[in-house]
Amino acid sequence: MTAAALATIRDVVQRRSGIAMAADKDYLVAARLEPLLPQLGVATTVALADRIGRQNDARLAMLVTDALTTNETLWFRDGRPFDLLRDVVVPDILERRAAERELRFWSAACSTGQEPYSLAILLAEDTARLAGWRWRILGTDLSATAVARAREARYSQFEVQRGLSAHRLIKHFSKDGEAWRLKEALRAAVELREANLLSLPPLGPFDAVMCRNVLIYFDVPTKRAVLDAVAARLRPGGWLLLGAAETTLGITSAFTPHPEHRGLYRRA
Amino acid sequence: MPQCLVVDDSAVMRRIARSMLEKLGFDCTEAADGAQAVEAVRQHAPDVILLDWEMPVLDGFGALTALRAEPWGRAPRIVMCTTLSDMERIVAALEAGADEYVMKPYDQEILADKLRAVGVLD
Repeated sequence: MTAAALATIRDVVQRRSGIAMAADKDYLVAARLEPLLPQLGVATTVALADRIGRQNDARLAMLVTDALTTNETLWFRDGRPFDLLRDVVVPDILERRAAERELRFWSAACSTGQEPYSLAILLAEDTARLAGWRWRILGTDLSATAVARAREARYSQFEVQRGLSAHRLIKHFSKDGEAWRLKEALRAAVELREANLLSLPPLGPFDAVMCRNVLIYFDVPTKRAVLDAVAARLRPGGWLLLGAAETTLGITSAFTPHPEHRGLYRRA
Repeated sequence: MPQCLVVDDSAVMRRIARSMLEKLGFDCTEAADGAQAVEAVRQHAPDVILLDWEMPVLDGFGALTALRAEPWGRAPRIVMCTTLSDMERIVAALEAGADEYVMKPYDQEILADKLRAVGVLD
């Protein structure tokens, strides 16, 4: 792959997704795109760069952005954020929304669905506290392919093992040929749609948002714009969960960090 | 150092599992069938057992049942392993007292995750 082709691809991906791909990730661009060339209908990465750059092929640009920004994910990723949801966030919302008896969550950048569905599993198992409550989860992602897969809710044998206990697997999934499919009741509790964090449609208001391991890819002005847009879709006092390497500090005053729990923020 | 008993009739599978487990800090012993496994548990009292399903002499399910019938001071955790991912098998294994279920071929990360889930790895 030539330097010019790489620069074009990086530029197109950044304009579409806001994700600034560092030059030290160049190997990733080649590694992810080269196996896809036959199905993209181009012979080389140079030809691909020409099609999405100079020729402005939007469909191809979308596929390339998908391939370079869709990250693998797992169930109950990192564990701790889900403990915080159960132990800190849900009890707080139950108190504040006692009149409506309704909870609304948003998994921003939900990839192939494991995060919003993990949350659905957590809430479905919380029958003692949530009896008589309605709860809804929205999952959004930039990638149309990821959202389509999330809606399908079918996961390979490999995928269902990543972070999901055997007990939860048999309780919430059914075998579907070689794959496993999340049961209808949980699928129905999660709405999935395409959305770009850089140009969000009107959404919410939500009681809590998970937006994890996305900000790390953005530069500071983009981080600020995304955080402010997320804040505008949260109820006052609503919660934000970020990834371990992410913070709102020094970026926006729209959120206040939780004094004890790292990664947990509250809309100011 | 936590102890793991690796039970599989395939020496290759035992070696693969052992290599992953040793990287995770486990001290491993091996058994090639269910009967050997029951004997090894009596001798070494491992913290966890990685127990294959299809084996000669006494299969994994038979060994699981036998082990759960023994009067332990502190029962070993049992992770059942198989290439088959039937719902019936997973249900049967959990009902018979298995703590987790992992599908072959092994993936280091998933294996670590399952060992964490049963409380033998930090």
